[in-house]
Amino acid sequence: MDLNTVADVISPAGVGQWRPGDAWLGGGTALFAEPRPHLTRLLDLTAAGWPALTLREDGLEVAATCTIAEIAASGFDIVERCCHAFLASFKIWNVATVGGNLCAALPAGPMIALGAALDGSCLLLSPDGSRTVLVRDFVTGEGETVLREGELLRSMHLPASALSAETAYRQGSLHALGRSGVLVIGRVADSGLVITVTAATKRPYVLRFPTYPGAEVVQIALTERIPDDAYVADVHGSPAWRRHLTRLYAEQIRQELDR
Amino acid sequence: MRINGEEHERPPRPGQCLRTYLREEGCFGVKKGCDTGDCGACTVHVDDVPVHSCVYPAFRAERRSVTTIEGLAGPEGLHPAQRAFFDAQGFQCGFCTAGLIMTTAALTEDQRADLPRAFKGNLCRCTGYRAIADAVAGVVNAATPAPGSAVGSSLGAPAGPQVVTGQARYTFDLDVPGVLHMKVLRSPHAHARIAAISVEAALAVPGVEAVFTHADAPTKLFSTAQHENVAEDPADTRVLDDVVRFAGQRVAAVVATSEAAAEAGCRAITVEYELLPAVLDPFTAMRPGAPLVHSPLPNVVGELKAELGDVEAGFAEADAVYEETFSSGRVQHASLETHGAAGWLDDAGRLVIRSSTQTPFLTRRAVASLFDLPPERVRVLTGRVGGGFGGKQEMLVEDLVALAVLRLGRPVKLEYTRAEQFTSATTRHPFTVTLKAGARQDGTLTALRLRVVADTGAYGNHGPSVMYHGCHESLAVYRCPNKATEAYSVYTNSVPSGAFRGYGLGQVTFAVESVLDELAAQLGLDPITMRETNIVRPGEPLLSPGDHVDDLSIASYGLDQCLGFIRDAAASPVAGPEGWLVGEGMAIAMIAAGPPGGHIADATATVLPGGRYEIAVGTAEFGNGSTTVHAQIAADALNTTPDRICVRQSDTDVVPHDTGAFASTGVVVAGRAVLDAATALRKKILAAGDSVTGLSATGHFDGTPRSVAFNAQWFRVAVDPETGEIRILRSVHSADAGTVMNPLQCRGQIEGGVAQALGATMAEHVDISPTGQVTTTSFRQYHLPTFADVPRTEVHFADTTDAIGPLGAKSMSESPFNPVAPAMANALRDATGVRFNALPFTRDRVWEGLQRAHRSP
Repeated sequence: MDLNTVADVISPAGVGQWRPGDAWLGGGTALFAEPRPHLTRLLDLTAAGWPALTLREDGLEVAATCTIAEIAASGFDIVERCCHAFLASFKIWNVATVGGNLCAALPAGPMIALGAALDGSCLLLSPDGSRTVLVRDFVTGEGETVLREGELLRSMHLPASALSAETAYRQGSLHALGRSGVLVIGRVADSGLVITVTAATKRPYVLRFPTYPGAEVVQIALTERIPDDAYVADVHGSPAWRRHLTRLYAEQIRQELDR
Repeated sequence: MRINGEEHERPPRPGQCLRTYLREEGCFGVKKGCDTGDCGACTVHVDDVPVHSCVYPAFRAERRSVTTIEGLAGPEGLHPAQRAFFDAQGFQCGFCTAGLIMTTAALTEDQRADLPRAFKGNLCRCTGYRAIADAVAGVVNAATPAPGSAVGSSLGAPAGPQVVTGQARYTFDLDVPGVLHMKVLRSPHAHARIAAISVEAALAVPGVEAVFTHADAPTKLFSTAQHENVAEDPADTRVLDDVVRFAGQRVAAVVATSEAAAEAGCRAITVEYELLPAVLDPFTAMRPGAPLVHSPLPNVVGELKAELGDVEAGFAEADAVYEETFSSGRVQHASLETHGAAGWLDDAGRLVIRSSTQTPFLTRRAVASLFDLPPERVRVLTGRVGGGFGGKQEMLVEDLVALAVLRLGRPVKLEYTRAEQFTSATTRHPFTVTLKAGARQDGTLTALRLRVVADTGAYGNHGPSVMYHGCHESLAVYRCPNKATEAYSVYTNSVPSGAFRGYGLGQVTFAVESVLDELAAQLGLDPITMRETNIVRPGEPLLSPGDHVDDLSIASYGLDQCLGFIRDAAASPVAGPEGWLVGEGMAIAMIAAGPPGGHIADATATVLPGGRYEIAVGTAEFGNGSTTVHAQIAADALNTTPDRICVRQSDTDVVPHDTGAFASTGVVVAGRAVLDAATALRKKILAAGDSVTGLSATGHFDGTPRSVAFNAQWFRVAVDPETGEIRILRSVHSADAGTVMNPLQCRGQIEGGVAQALGATMAEHVDISPTGQVTTTSFRQYHLPTFADVPRTEVHFADTTDAIGPLGAKSMSESPFNPVAPAMANALRDATGVRFNALPFTRDRVWEGLQRAHRSP
């Protein structure tokens, strides 16, 4: 929709230009989908020319401006599966960005699930310098991140070891191909297991098991580590159902990855 | 920006999305369905990449090449995707079609093989998606009938070529020179008195031309609901009121030279509210001492208490008795075209309103009455209407547009946002229905006791009528000597309820058909036999407690055939996935073919030069396909082909009167007038000999007497007890529509009705916060059925010919909706053993219901 209070677009924009009333603009699919009468200026990052994907020995660097379509085609199975968790159409994939999904910090954000599950980290830039934050710590609540005023997300790094690890994935929704109410990803790490819960919860929960866990160990960990009030209550599923599916899917994943 | 091969120099505004820029440049095929990237109606290609233009920053397309539906066809004609949607008739109202075609045109082979995924983000409210799947598969559905055999053929919609090329002109697809834009400031409170409004700052906003508040509005009360008989709805509404009775109600209207200025004007208004106690649920509202919504009037705005026979004696005779309470929640019509209108003064100084309405003539009457104008000083017309479903049998914008046009003498437009559709239009009436039923060992019903509480929201538009209608055919379809009804339509401080497909019947049918299943189970009878034992038979009266108009009769009877199709379906079981619970369920519904109390249609048939004919009718086309049927009827009556028939419609200038496109009357009332006009013209032509051009004849029908139509729905489902997922293994619908005028269209209407009802059954709910605000204000929060959600429904027609309807036809449109929820509830009960009595059956609720049942066996 038209953002009628926006009087100016800075393109390309860079760190240091932000002032109150500004919004960093990625693809725009989220920004333009809600009235935002407090905004007066857009700072366009997509024109900065950041390479979308850089594959290095230590992993994959994903620019904040990398589109969902680009990351979906990166060749990693778990990445593509996470992209399919988007409620949005493939046409939105052509425009929406990985950074935009991370910064929106919605429980159902599949790029948050991906980054958290693969021990990804975010590179944040501000006029004062840069810092690195793990994806699982980047999102702190529903729509909340650690980003400070004027700070921007430059990229997400996914470590090579996690990208090549064996993974399992379960998504639950109220509707066929619907918005995620629950998204659980399992990853084999060394001789253990990492289970990441998103969508069901207000922020990502990453549970690490140094040795491969039994069913009971996983269930106890889920109960102890994820308090009941951490489960989301909204139109995309009741908290009790989300908690149940989280536990169900975690066990299915545990069995699937148990060799 | 290069648009469809042509350079456009005008730069977009900084915060503008591509959708509005393209429309400003004349590409009206780019539609606004949601403006949030969810519905796909605005799909265009940017450098050959498909995008949702409503969430695409326009400035980014400045040095790019954009293709819209208008530019999709090549020099050699229609693009294959356009041709496919035309051949398959993959549309009804057509508002979503441009977006679907632009999406289809961009699909890879892999995507075409996985349409549920490929069409994520393309919503169609009309079709139920089967016709769209046909289009992608290259199925040719439309037929070309020979002279004299149009009725009964699967003729395509006359507007098809315009729909698939983006040329069909909907309400807002018109460049009105000098038009001013209106935005409405809405109440944040469920109930408040406006103590003061300060508009000075708003008037100081550059571009703001006027601000209207309750001080500027007529004091006259009216109802937004439109019926032939004005007295049917309580006059309880003002154009702008000094008391607001729901969050989302109009407080002030700002008219400006741009939407941006009008929005800024709204933000600049300061309102001082004196909060009043609010009541949000009808049961509280009925208690003594409850806050009054329309003080000093009581909160009960409609009431029906009546008994046939002796219900207590009936229960005493029963071998089995079952009683349960059922609730149907708040559902939105979600027509893809929002409400809205543009108004101006024509050269003669006449007020002209182009509106997205189902009732142009009644709206003219209402506007004229409100502003003390003679009716001939007001003209109301529609473009093609982008879906209605009852939501547009209501005057929600025209009064405000008229006020502004009359005050300013300049053209004014008001277009709802999708959020306003949820907060400030109408919804289906939430019903709480308690039904107690008794039957003898052989299944014969002995007594039915019905108690209904319907929440009409803050205003009584359609409230009493929906309550009456809901309590009529739902009971009358069963012959039972003892029936009692106690029903209330109750004001609450919530978004008003209004007319919605089925008009109350679906909510009561949900209870009746669920209870019949429970009785059958208690008595060890199969559900179909239970119905066969009790359904009304031809020649029998249609009886429900209360005073109901007595022009209704069974002028054709196909309910037995409908049940036969269901029995056949049930005979061949389908297996479900391992570990899932499998079951089946059915339900029936009866509906009157037209509303009680009269429904008037005028039609004119005129000979045009060159062997062509014009049919003028008042009724509106919003995807219901009445235009197609009118062309078929006229073609046969005039012994020609439908391509020689030109239908002019939904304009108060073209015929004397038409009550409107509601109550499933497009075929049975307006069609009858068309038949009479065309038949009379044929007689004149035969008598006139050589010079026939300009000959004209009229037809008229006043909508009485009325027949009844029947529907039955059957589902076989599998339920995953671990997740609550319901998978529909097979869906069968049988319908008695009398003579089926257009099998393709009628089937499409049924499929669409089933799909919309599945939305209400499985997914949709408008939520209201504890303080009265609607919290589901977009398609991301309010889930419409998608391609992935809707199964194919097999449709069977009973072979009947009606003694009243034109050429033996009866109504359909609304009625397929009504049996769907109870059929699903019954299937769910059969599969799981648990009776679900509250809609919708979302996976979390199903899972929780199963958990509860297992905890308390």
